[in-house]
Amino acid sequence: MNDDLENRTGVPASLTSRRTFIREAAETGVASIFSPGLVPISAQGNAMQAAQFVLPNATKDVAPFKVHVPQAALVDLKKRLANARWPNKEPVTDWSQGVPLAKAQGLVEYWRTRYDWRRVESTLNGLPQFRTQIDGLGIYFIHVRSKHENALPIILTHGWPGSIIEFLQVIGPLTDPTAHGGKADEAFHVVILSLPGFGFSDKPTQVGSGLPRIANAWAVLMARLGYSHYVAQGGDWGAGVTSWMAKQRVSGLTAVHLNLPILFPPPPPRPGGYTAAEQPALAQLGKYGSDGSAYGLIQGTRPQTLGYGLADSPVGQAMWIYEKFQAWSDNKADPAEAISVDHMLDDISLYWLTDTAASSARLYFESWGKDFGRMPIDLPVAVSIFKGDFFTPPKVWGDQTYSKLFYWNEVPKGGHFAALEQPELFVDELRKSFAQVR
Amino acid sequence: MKNDLVNRTQVAAPAISRRNFIGAAAATGVAAIVPAGLESLRAEGIAKTAAQFVLPAATTAVTPFKVHVPQSALDDLKKRLANARWPDKEPVTGWSQGVPLAKIRALADYWARDYDWRRAERALNALPQFRTALDGVGIYFIHARSKHEHALPIILTHGWPGSVFEFLEVIRPLTDPTAHGGNENDAFHVVVPALPGFGFSDKPAEKGWNVVRIANAWATLMKRLGYERWVAQGGDWGAGVTTALGHIQPPGLAGIHLNWALVFPEKIPTEGLSQDEQRAVDAEAIFRTQGAGYFLEQATRPQTIGTALADSPVGQAAWIYEKFNAWTDHDGDVESALTKDQMLDDISLYWLTDSAASSARIYWENNPATYVGGKIELPVGVSVFPREIYRAPRGWAEKDYSKLIYWNELPKGGHFAAFEQPAAFVRELRACFATLRA
Repeated sequence: MNDDLENRTGVPASLTSRRTFIREAAETGVASIFSPGLVPISAQGNAMQAAQFVLPNATKDVAPFKVHVPQAALVDLKKRLANARWPNKEPVTDWSQGVPLAKAQGLVEYWRTRYDWRRVESTLNGLPQFRTQIDGLGIYFIHVRSKHENALPIILTHGWPGSIIEFLQVIGPLTDPTAHGGKADEAFHVVILSLPGFGFSDKPTQVGSGLPRIANAWAVLMARLGYSHYVAQGGDWGAGVTSWMAKQRVSGLTAVHLNLPILFPPPPPRPGGYTAAEQPALAQLGKYGSDGSAYGLIQGTRPQTLGYGLADSPVGQAMWIYEKFQAWSDNKADPAEAISVDHMLDDISLYWLTDTAASSARLYFESWGKDFGRMPIDLPVAVSIFKGDFFTPPKVWGDQTYSKLFYWNEVPKGGHFAALEQPELFVDELRKSFAQVR
Repeated sequence: MKNDLVNRTQVAAPAISRRNFIGAAAATGVAAIVPAGLESLRAEGIAKTAAQFVLPAATTAVTPFKVHVPQSALDDLKKRLANARWPDKEPVTGWSQGVPLAKIRALADYWARDYDWRRAERALNALPQFRTALDGVGIYFIHARSKHEHALPIILTHGWPGSVFEFLEVIRPLTDPTAHGGNENDAFHVVVPALPGFGFSDKPAEKGWNVVRIANAWATLMKRLGYERWVAQGGDWGAGVTTALGHIQPPGLAGIHLNWALVFPEKIPTEGLSQDEQRAVDAEAIFRTQGAGYFLEQATRPQTIGTALADSPVGQAAWIYEKFNAWTDHDGDVESALTKDQMLDDISLYWLTDSAASSARIYWENNPATYVGGKIELPVGVSVFPREIYRAPRGWAEKDYSKLIYWNELPKGGHFAAFEQPAAFVRELRACFATLRA
């Protein structure tokens, strides 16, 4: 592992020619783009000026990786934002039809004139980043080892529309607890991956990259990194992957922590029906089904069609995600109460710059309604319910589903994007829960 | 009515300045654009170059209207098509994840290079077009009177993602039957409005425009045109509006024809279904689980999806093209049902009028309870085209329609009946309404 860390290079490849670029990219692992004239064009005349990432080929080696988005892609983004064409204003006074026009325009104006992608890029490049090929796909990950030798290895998995950006603030406290209000025996070695089709991971070119397969891939990675005993954590799709790792009892996994446990009401209801404690979660599921799940249905059935609009319009991509920051974070009206505009745009920009609207949506096609269901688990499970999430199942469902539920806590602040919204509380939860399995 | 026809003007207003333009537009009824920066800028610096329609203000007078899309809007469209950024190729063969990348690129390429909006514009401008204010919203409509004095007035209503273009091929056969294989007694006076939020109708600035309100507006329109006894026809949302007309029974309405009978039992029996009923139940289930992503998205977050489609012509095209492929009658090649030009006439109308969001809102405005079911006492005729989303069984229609005057199941055609099979569609209307002529 030390070798991996030392192998990192700070040298971005200069884009002098396609040939030079590809060689350098292969050598240094820097993401960049083809110069426009060299982009393979399948339909003549299309996409001449569209900036496009090409990731370096991954092998089974753990290859250091740096992020460098070419200036041309950032210029192209700003140009598109300046040329945005807008719909007419919604005929309502709230978010009930989606992102209000004034909010959308405000976010886009900030993105265009004040937001700085290079800031988050330099944050990422301050961390040890890698790509390695697992199960045929290049997987990007951040891997930060603690200086404490007996630290507990943990693999953190994001969801949609989240990303590795969600975890950037918790890496320091988790790996270096003594500098962040904790003790040496609370230290973690941290692995944070991008799901296939997300961020700087490869986009699957074949169907079949659903949760069970991703869960197995994650175990392969942990073994490749030399970890024989580790824990796993996730919310949203990350909870799906983490649950499948536990369900499949992948090698080396000793316990999991979920901040969105996949706990749907156990059928059938007991005699006498559901209890009062279960009613709020049932109501949340009902509202989700009727008013909050369209993004899931369209991504689950027509990810490609949706992907065209979002791949071509940064405004569209931004609103597709911004809507969820508003709906799922702990806020009264404005998502910026819960997540800073810069952090939201870090995440949105990552989706835009990697052109992953369609490829990320395809995870719904793969696993929505098939793999993302109630899942009895016999490994030790810890749960933190952040009360501002859109779904907060009752403990009784956890007791019925997880035979070794060793930790359950309801955190009063924070929502669906727990690590992003409440990094300190999130770290506390991981320290407290996993203290019991060290 | 003759005055209206005579009053048509061919003069297109040059949009020299906003002041001049608005004055000219009001005087001549020509649609054009102004730079959005002058009109609707909210956030500083946004959308300086986006081309945007401004429709002339409608009054309760019936004002002649001509379509003239400014060249700058067409140039902007081509530029956007040339600059399109695409997602990666779908990992499936066929349309199961939506429009395949190669298909949309071919369509976009044709749109940019070969398609001629001016041809569509000429076709529209060869017909008498008007705008008038109904219930506070300017409604665009084509109004073609038959030379036969006793022709039956009919109002034809399109749906989503259709438009007035669906009916262009049937207007002359309906108004001038003697030149199109019919006889004088088959003649109709034809009114083809664009739904509020669609095409050259205004976009409602307030909520409440459900099918009932639209139906009442249509009744006002027919009265304003001087028709004392008339019939109505529609499919898709047009069937919703026409069904609402059947419920309301406005003075003068003598009967309706539907090419999609919106009948469905409140509770579907699990056994004892006839073959027809089982087929309808199965088709509805497939639609609900696999084909309704667009529906739920538009019904719950029209503004979010609309913001993406307003900014990306390839996004707008794919969103509609998918439905042409899914809902027309063909054996694998959608262009055997509708030509590229036909599809792009319709798609261009949505794009050039920036009505992705405003058209999507019709789903938000309506709960299925408001347009499916309910008894209709007026005479109803139904034509069932084989590739409809689901084919209503006659037994269900007989339960809801006490005077089912006409029922026919056709061998060819789909959801866009008039667009796909204009000759058969005309025959259906002639046959259905023959018994209702005075």
